[in-house]
Amino acid sequence: MRTAAKLQEDLNLNRRSFLHASAAAAGGLLLSLYFDFPALAGDGNQLPPPKVYPPDAFVHIRPDGRIVITVNRLEFGQGVQTSLPMILADEMDADWSQVIAELAPAADVYKDPLYGIQMVGGSGSIAHSFQQYRELGGKTRAMLVAAAAKRWRVRPDQCRTQASVVYGPNKQLAKYADLSSEAAREPVPEKVSLKNPSEFRLIGKRVRRLDSRAKCDGSQKFGLDLDLPGMKIAVVLHPPVFGGRVKSLDDKEARSIDGVRDVFEIPLVKGSGVAVVADRFWTAKQARDHLKIDWDLSGIEKPDSSQLWTRYKELARTPGNVAMALGDEKAMDGVTPANRIVAEYEFPYLAHTPMEPLNTTIRFDGERAEAWVPSQFQTMDQMAIGEVLGLKPEQVTFHTEFAGGGFGRRAVIDSHVQREAATIARRFRGTPVKLIWTREDDVRGGYYRPMHAHRVEIGIGPEGMPAVWRHVIVGQSLVAGTPFAAMLIKNGVDETTVEGTSDTSYNIPNFHVSAHNPTVNVPVLWWRSVGHTHNAFVMETLIDELATRANMDPIAYRRKLLKPEAKKLRAALDLMDEKSAAWRNNLPKGHAAGVSCHEAFDTAVACAVDVSIENKRPKIHRVTIALHCGLAVNPLAVESQFQAGVGFGVTQLMAKGAITFKDGRVEQRNFDGYTPPYIMDAPTTVDVHIVPSTEAPTGCGEPPVPVISPAVVNALAKLTGKRYRSLPLVSV
Amino acid sequence: MAIYQLNVNGQRKQVNVDPSTPLLWVLREELKMTGTKYGCGISACGACTVHVDGIATRSCVVPVSLIGDRSIVTIEAMAQDPVGRAVQEAWVDKDVVQCGYCQSGQIMSAVALLKATPKPTDTNIEESMGGNLCRCATYVRIREAIKSASQQLS
Repeated sequence: MRTAAKLQEDLNLNRRSFLHASAAAAGGLLLSLYFDFPALAGDGNQLPPPKVYPPDAFVHIRPDGRIVITVNRLEFGQGVQTSLPMILADEMDADWSQVIAELAPAADVYKDPLYGIQMVGGSGSIAHSFQQYRELGGKTRAMLVAAAAKRWRVRPDQCRTQASVVYGPNKQLAKYADLSSEAAREPVPEKVSLKNPSEFRLIGKRVRRLDSRAKCDGSQKFGLDLDLPGMKIAVVLHPPVFGGRVKSLDDKEARSIDGVRDVFEIPLVKGSGVAVVADRFWTAKQARDHLKIDWDLSGIEKPDSSQLWTRYKELARTPGNVAMALGDEKAMDGVTPANRIVAEYEFPYLAHTPMEPLNTTIRFDGERAEAWVPSQFQTMDQMAIGEVLGLKPEQVTFHTEFAGGGFGRRAVIDSHVQREAATIARRFRGTPVKLIWTREDDVRGGYYRPMHAHRVEIGIGPEGMPAVWRHVIVGQSLVAGTPFAAMLIKNGVDETTVEGTSDTSYNIPNFHVSAHNPTVNVPVLWWRSVGHTHNAFVMETLIDELATRANMDPIAYRRKLLKPEAKKLRAALDLMDEKSAAWRNNLPKGHAAGVSCHEAFDTAVACAVDVSIENKRPKIHRVTIALHCGLAVNPLAVESQFQAGVGFGVTQLMAKGAITFKDGRVEQRNFDGYTPPYIMDAPTTVDVHIVPSTEAPTGCGEPPVPVISPAVVNALAKLTGKRYRSLPLVSV
Repeated sequence: MAIYQLNVNGQRKQVNVDPSTPLLWVLREELKMTGTKYGCGISACGACTVHVDGIATRSCVVPVSLIGDRSIVTIEAMAQDPVGRAVQEAWVDKDVVQCGYCQSGQIMSAVALLKATPKPTDTNIEESMGGNLCRCATYVRIREAIKSASQQLS
């Protein structure tokens, strides 16, 4: 996903870009979605977010003094349920110990101020809502002060506030809770002055998560934990190849199981499947296991990983659509063979596998529906449910449920899980139905980080620096044929394919990046840090190789090659160098240090790792991270995101870190075949250092992910002399 | 269907379910104790970890028919257990959780570890916690919190 700055730039360019896109799907479903980016004037069936956010939609001061702050985004680990209330509470001078955070339902007022739809993505939660939540806090405070000033017949500027109390000039004081009804009658100020950073009481402080205790005692409810009176459980049997259809169904045995309520074919976004509805999950799953289905797979492309590699590598030998072209197109002609590197890379499909399996609960009453969804894309999911049920979005009351991870998997443009759930709920009018995707459904159900092939030709110039760089990337588009295409596809190139390469921070005079976006019968999706997952790997391993060839220290080499304007990345690199030098220069025998640096979503990250080889696997003993994210709103949360986010990034290096296809079928089934990192696979310690800054905050959800795998294989290269260009890393 | 008398967190509970029903789903759907999580159904992720007679057990693969009169202890009872309480406090103090979905299982495994090995080494931690997947990968803080709880308890 693009960064805020790039999005704003595009919005300015496209004065009118209502995307009335529709994608006719094989199942006969029509996806029609319509964006109303607030930067654009608009008319249409969806209201844009308001220009002035009404504080009462975000802050509720209860008579008992508790302050309920509404969070306009999904909480799925990234910590916004704490960080956004911190911002508002700080400007409001609220007593933090009394703050309660709630996740907002789907509503126009909770749309992302920049994206214009309610969503989490592009590491935008803090970046896009920092100013919004500050202003909301400032306005709420101003209204409370105005009410107090009126009561005491003094001027507002004679009052001050602290910890949910207004103090007057003559030792008057009033608690916020006692002022709230009077304050609510005050007009919402159009403008308020906000604090200077030196006045922050919460912003910039290490504040623990508000949801910690409930997540440690089992009381936190996630979407999957929802229990409603009379609720039924549904599971769906999906076709073995994407787009397959039910030819014939024998459900006699399934229906004979006690507790099964119905078995029926349902249309899917592509093809069809069979839904089983029962009183309990175990019953539904058993019944599904007893279905006998003959599938119609005729005329359907059956993806096969080995054939795809052949095709992709062939494509990579010719330039694709141009994403970036600097300097002389023919510069390589002047480079001698001895000064050329040709490198080919392979990256497999990756599943997100969030810990909480996908689920959606819907109750359809004929004229209205109520939905409970752990959703990253509330606006789209609400519209999709409405569409299936013949309702307008506002007729679907949409509750945002806490999610057990997501990493992009709950931000699906076609809302396929919600469509399945709505299709099933339509048959059970008045009865809530919870659709559960089993782990097998999730691992085999598509919507993966696409597989990619890269081919890079480098011409080495004076002092071992890259003089010519020709880079071809092959991988499916994430957005072709969707409403996002108009914003994200430029010159026929999906930006998410090339991000992290075409906009590299390195200064390479003759630089050519192109891409092929082939069509393959595998649904694909953004996976935490999106294109940066593979682009950072290619860039940072090749830069390291060049540094080695030039006999230069890899940090010094990067420093020399960085563009002058890459100030954040330079600062991060310098800080990483400083903080890791002691251990890097004092490694035990059999250990090696690897480094990398990369900027993603406007956050710059530098990484050093201490790696040895145990049982033919990399053992990551230590990681030092330095980062520049502008103002760190909650340094504790930033530290957490990076400590764990690098662990998430290790998924790419796992021996079983790949989804593969044979004869159209996914070869993995569950965590036994697709194995993300466990505690022994992740770094043992991670120390995180933040470059001090008062610049506008940038996101920290995705930027930890890209840096770790190149740093680890750069260390491995020192230990084994081998360069690792094919993932997963089956053995070292 | 069959009737089972279960000993859950020190209380007698009666359920009427298919004998093949895993303990996980009995806890979640019959007893409405949703602190124990479904993650994989094949004992590969540890989100469903409970203690059966004090032993950390993946409840997603244990049919209710095999439980008999063994005692079942879940995350919901950890606050009443001295080691459980120390582990929960360490988890909060170290701000371990992110999405939090796996943490019931992590805490149950950590409590079992500390009861058997009050002073665990990094290797002990990797061995005992090695079957508990955290997709957010909060492992660095899980290690810290286990060591911190161990110190608190000594």
